[in-house]
Amino acid sequence: MEGRGDAETRRVMEEPLAIRTENLTRIYRIREGKGRQKKRGELVALDRVNLQVRQGELFGLLGPNGAGKTTLIKILTTLLSPTSGRAWVDGLDVERDVDEIRRRINMVSGGETSGYGLLTVQENLWMFAQFYGMDRRTTRQRMDELLEMVGLADRRHTKISDLSTGLRQKMNVVRGFLTDPRIIFLDEPTLGLDVGAARQVRSFIANWLRERPERTVLLTTHYMVEADELCDRVAIIDHGQVLACDTPSHLKRSLSREAIYHIRVSPFPQELAPSFHLIEGVRQFTPRFHDGHVHLDFILEEDDVLTPVVDRISRTGARILSLEKREPTLEDVFMSLVGRGLTEEHPGE
Amino acid sequence: MRAGLELWVRTVIGRAYPRIVGANRERSWLFFDTFLPLLGTAAYVFVYRAVGAPEEYIGFVIVGGAMTAFWMNVLWSMSSQLYWEKESGNLGLYIAAPAPMMAILLGMAVGGLFSTTLRATAILAIGSLIFDVHYALGDFGLLLLTFALTMAALYGMGMLFASLYLLWGREAWHISNLLTEPVYLLSGFYFPVRHLGFWVAVVASFIPLTLGLDAMRQLLFPTNPTLGFLSVPVEVGALTGLSILFIVAAWYALGYLERLAKREGRLTERRG
Repeated sequence: MEGRGDAETRRVMEEPLAIRTENLTRIYRIREGKGRQKKRGELVALDRVNLQVRQGELFGLLGPNGAGKTTLIKILTTLLSPTSGRAWVDGLDVERDVDEIRRRINMVSGGETSGYGLLTVQENLWMFAQFYGMDRRTTRQRMDELLEMVGLADRRHTKISDLSTGLRQKMNVVRGFLTDPRIIFLDEPTLGLDVGAARQVRSFIANWLRERPERTVLLTTHYMVEADELCDRVAIIDHGQVLACDTPSHLKRSLSREAIYHIRVSPFPQELAPSFHLIEGVRQFTPRFHDGHVHLDFILEEDDVLTPVVDRISRTGARILSLEKREPTLEDVFMSLVGRGLTEEHPGE
Repeated sequence: MRAGLELWVRTVIGRAYPRIVGANRERSWLFFDTFLPLLGTAAYVFVYRAVGAPEEYIGFVIVGGAMTAFWMNVLWSMSSQLYWEKESGNLGLYIAAPAPMMAILLGMAVGGLFSTTLRATAILAIGSLIFDVHYALGDFGLLLLTFALTMAALYGMGMLFASLYLLWGREAWHISNLLTEPVYLLSGFYFPVRHLGFWVAVVASFIPLTLGLDAMRQLLFPTNPTLGFLSVPVEVGALTGLSILFIVAAWYALGYLERLAKREGRLTERRG
């Protein structure tokens, strides 16, 4: 009998692939230490990454800062060479078929400050369109449509130095989609946007993909909601390695046996945090400080483990303000795979 | 073939555009890039007048002052430009686009040449008016050819430097700083380069402005040809050679250094 996972894998293999990587590895040479104690070292940004993204898919790369997401995008957009392994974009080798790949792709990064401040939105977009050989009529037509869609039409004659961060990011999104790429790489496209603008950008991306099934989006994000809401499939990546890759619902289902609790307490002595890992049945535990309270996220093997957990909290002198059992989220999946929350930085970073 | 050529032309126009409109939108250049260089130039005029130098020297200084604008443009807005483009996030987008990087650089050069020609013309016109410089231009075509070749060689050198700067971070700023003053001296901006001595002038001739400036001075002030370094035809020939050399070298260097920067991860990395 064939499982769901097998069927999914077979479907991926059968459909045309937009992106494929094979043991893709990137190692940076770095210098560590200060002054005379400086010595050369190596940083493994990507470690034998194998991915397959099929045509028409909105594929998410989920991971914390420094996980290797941007490095992967740089390799796929021909800006960086892999140290070893291979990668193909739209069936073309990223090392050999550079020119042809560049005609078919585009990219947008969060917090991007590209363009020239003294040019208007329209002039900047026109300039970038020239680098793709687009004629005046097509440029004008697409620009009109896209500016309207992201709500920037009334700012087309504004110099970009006069735009807010959010509006500038919307312009960047338009720049990326203006050339109608077959594959677009979005690296944290909603970074720094307010809730409304981020929602508008997400809805635009989803609609763009729906219009033509041969288009593909590779999206990196560390926003769970974004990955959950937008992506057909998600790869969880940390320390340059792909830890899991599946649909958001399958990933969450992998935690269905566990009991997930969110407990809000006050006050909470931080030094006691490690002791929670010692309780038998606690799979993962993450404390977070937010809104003046301490939020404790637990993944427990079963509901019965809650009793010793609550008992331990009481013994620390903390007061439980709320206790809630939750459905698993992608953040829980990440926490269960990596051992820490997505928003937590790596020690030493 | 046609699509490739069209992409080239569109890219050149697209990248030249910000520099061309920039000259119109930021009018502060009228003061900073015209009045201030004129002050420096005026100092040399007064020195030459005080020591009773031949009157042609006044014209030499004004022409040199005008040509300084091109050197500054090549150094600060051409050579180190890719470093600034990297800092602003444009470089990655340029490279990931199908446009050839050489066309992007050419667009920068064309745009820079346009805006700098405005500045240089202003310096030349105002300086000539204030200090009553008389030109005795005989062969306008040859003067135009000399200017065009000087610019081709100079901006070709700028493109070569720009590709080298792909690998460098903030060092680019220091190198530009380091090159500013020695070139003022070696290319004879404010005096006839032959006074440096033959061999020093030969070495200095690798800076395209040296021979370009010398030839243009000979063409604009033909009354005193003994002030020239080499004959105009020889200098025009050398400038043609330098133009080809720098442009071809820039072409190869850009391809090689882009591959190297890709391998080392320096194309988009901001190294402060």
